[in-house]
Amino acid sequence: MQPFFRYFRDLRGLLLHAAARSKISETRRIERVVVRIALRRQGSGAEAWPTFAATVSIVFHIGRYALLLREVFARPERLSIYWRRTVEEMDLLGVQSLGIVALLSAFMGAVITIQTKTNIDSPLIQAWVVGFATRQSVILEFSPTVISLILAGKVGSNIAAEIGSMRVKEQIDALDIMGVNSAGYLILPKLAATIMIFPFLVMISMFLGIFGGWMAGVQSGVISSDDFIMGIQTGFKPFHVTYALVKTVVFAFIITTVSAYQGYHTRGGTREVGISSTRAVVYSNVAILLANLVLTRALLL
Amino acid sequence: MITVEGLGKRFGDTQVLSGIDAVFQKGKVNQIIGRSGSGKSVLAKCMVGLHKPEEGRVLYEGRSFHEIDFDERRQVRQRIGMLFQGSALFDSLNVLENVMFPLRMFGAMPKDEMQDRAHECLKRVRIVDKDLLFPAELSGGMQKRVGIARAIAMEPQYLFCDEPNSGLDPQTAIVIDDLIKVITEELQTTTVVITHDMNSVMETGEHILFIHQGRKWWEGDRDALLHSGNQELNEFVFAGSLMRQVKKAMGG
Ligand SMILES: Nc1ncnc2c1ncn2[C@@H]1O[C@H](COP(=O)(O)OP(=O)(O)O)[C@@H](O)[C@H]1O
Ligand SMILES: [Mg+2]
Repeated sequence: MQPFFRYFRDLRGLLLHAAARSKISETRRIERVVVRIALRRQGSGAEAWPTFAATVSIVFHIGRYALLLREVFARPERLSIYWRRTVEEMDLLGVQSLGIVALLSAFMGAVITIQTKTNIDSPLIQAWVVGFATRQSVILEFSPTVISLILAGKVGSNIAAEIGSMRVKEQIDALDIMGVNSAGYLILPKLAATIMIFPFLVMISMFLGIFGGWMAGVQSGVISSDDFIMGIQTGFKPFHVTYALVKTVVFAFIITTVSAYQGYHTRGGTREVGISSTRAVVYSNVAILLANLVLTRALLL
Repeated sequence: MITVEGLGKRFGDTQVLSGIDAVFQKGKVNQIIGRSGSGKSVLAKCMVGLHKPEEGRVLYEGRSFHEIDFDERRQVRQRIGMLFQGSALFDSLNVLENVMFPLRMFGAMPKDEMQDRAHECLKRVRIVDKDLLFPAELSGGMQKRVGIARAIAMEPQYLFCDEPNSGLDPQTAIVIDDLIKVITEELQTTTVVITHDMNSVMETGEHILFIHQGRKWWEGDRDALLHSGNQELNEFVFAGSLMRQVKKAMGG
């Protein structure tokens, strides 16, 4: 248990440190201008020029997203309250996702093993390669990326719906009135929680994915247990796990902040909360796919 | 005392408020009345700083709210209590935690003292033995009362209530109105109540501001309200048959 808690403490320290030195404020002035342009876009004839309007709209959202992040990383009022909320969120957003992650991982691992066998069924290829291929796809791509896409659906929609309904029920206004930094209070604990807990979920997913592959492979007679175990030990590079966990942390950041942004800027009523929640999932997924490509090029090539 | 000077607010191209001047006195229930959509809530939100007005100023004891720095503004905010139209209690916190929330966030007292203070506020709004219930388990009237308890937890100097009795039955509405009046007198707060309910105007209104199409149309006290020559105000005040009968009985 000791290292477990130390890990949390260090991450929290890192996070607060990063918050204190965040450079986001430097871009602030540019965003102000962009936001002003975007707010004026109604009636400016920009609608008649769809690409321009779309560009302005994207820049507007990015600017407003950056402004929100700046508020999220402002100095917390009461660290103890933030920390308690972080622990609650770790349970709500992380621990309660364990079931779906475990189920999905075991089944996907099983399918990957069987498919790999049918794809490379050749006398020239040694039997252990199936185990090797299963391990590689699970660690490199399946566990970090597919599980993150699933979590974007589960956790992202949850975050957007919760913050969105707080917005339309004026609960965020109530926080602001009290002088609480509502963005920080609502979002920072969620962000800290997902960044700390998603890597664990992904590690569990890696383990269960490979385990599921072994079960299915041995049980269906596709590969012997010894061959599979030899395969998963062959050419193992610890860096691949690091790469996967780096991706996971980035995806956790994307899921939480994009969904929180959608929720925080909800306007209207319950219908709009639903729309925000859908958008949260779609935009997080798109952002994850883009980030996945960028990170893979940067880290693996 | 809160002073509003030449306040104007736009959303995009729509001018919601323009040229509002008003003074809200301490220890009095000041009411902002007007039809739905006339800009009452926006005015209140400009006053408490949830919206930034394009024109004009809001002064708290002579200090302009939008010109002071972040820390000073936070200090002013901690002296503002607000009851929202839908109560805006935090769904994930129970009654006691809701009332204790501002104390835990900003108060420097030990936990039992916070609890005592929260219980005191709850007793004031006559909510007892409901500590562990969640907002969803309370009736609308009880939610409003807990909302008031939370608003007064930090002993505010300024109390804002946005339609405190909308959605309540007439009896409960009067309980809430009386509560606001008593709290205003006891705590000597500068109270601003937004309402479109003539009953509550006649019950508690001391200084009344009539907003029409985003402008201050009329200002005065309860008695003057019934005898004003202002057409839009008369249409608003005497829209209901009850008020028309009152007028007839008075020989108007
Ligand atoms: N955040 C907002 N963005 C755009 N328009 C708004 C916003 N808030 C209020 N309005 C508009 O301002 C007008 C006044 O609203 P409001 O002050 O809520 O009315 P009420 O007097 O019923 O409280 C309405 O026409 C409303 O549509
Ligand atoms: Mg209103």
